[in-house]
Amino acid sequence: MSGEHGELPVAARVRRLEERLIAAGLATDAELDEILERVFTSASPVNGARMVARAWKEPVYRGRLLADGNAAAAELGFGASTEGYLLKAVENTPAVHNMIVCTLCSCYPTALLGPSPSWYKSFAYRSRAVREPRAVLAEFGLELPDSTEIRVWDANSETRYLVLPLRAEGADDMNESELTSLITRNGLIGTAVR
Amino acid sequence: MTRFAAGARVRARTADHDGHTRLPRYARGHIGEVVEVRATWQLPDEAVRGVFRAEPVYVVRFDAAELWGSGSHSVILDLWESYLEEAT
Repeated sequence: MSGEHGELPVAARVRRLEERLIAAGLATDAELDEILERVFTSASPVNGARMVARAWKEPVYRGRLLADGNAAAAELGFGASTEGYLLKAVENTPAVHNMIVCTLCSCYPTALLGPSPSWYKSFAYRSRAVREPRAVLAEFGLELPDSTEIRVWDANSETRYLVLPLRAEGADDMNESELTSLITRNGLIGTAVR
Repeated sequence: MTRFAAGARVRARTADHDGHTRLPRYARGHIGEVVEVRATWQLPDEAVRGVFRAEPVYVVRFDAAELWGSGSHSVILDLWESYLEEAT
């Protein structure tokens, strides 16, 4: 299995697969382009950030997000784009820090986190996140106290994770859109505080 | 009907799998604890060959010390029932 998806041999393989699908009458070039266009224009970490901001603002929504991620995504209009997998939100607390990885591939909820960064797909991140997460987080500038328990969630195609970061200080005085702007893609992966 | 319940100690199978699997090599042979039953899903190892057989999937937590011999974190994986055996 290759570590980098962006390399040319992979692109060539994808193209050959597309050609087979088209030749078999299962899809057209236009349909494939349309799907990719839809995925990449609507997929954004702002979507996941909006869910987190809502959870910070509304304890009832937080409860629903932790109980059923797909339903909570659907409430904000992301139901169709998170179909096909189980969405699981994992909550950071002062005692527990969560981070996500997909060691076998690069699965994550693209609709809510945006297209995955190249490092998320890299062999280095995928192998080291499960082996030495504390060192990896430190390289991201996130130094956790020794007393913080780290949980690494190894995702797959069926189950994909979103980290619910620690609530920002002063959240009570901010509205949802201000809170949304505080939350980054790395926060949703667990490689930043928020 | 599920073979394992939350709290059960399970060992991931050691066999080197010929083909697609969702059991990462780093977990093979190691003991973890079932956190909960996730769902009942088709076994990907067989689904890729066009054989569709659903079975329970478990959320299994492994201690870093068990996986790597050191470390204080835990790694949580979804594992299909076929990948697991009772830890003795």
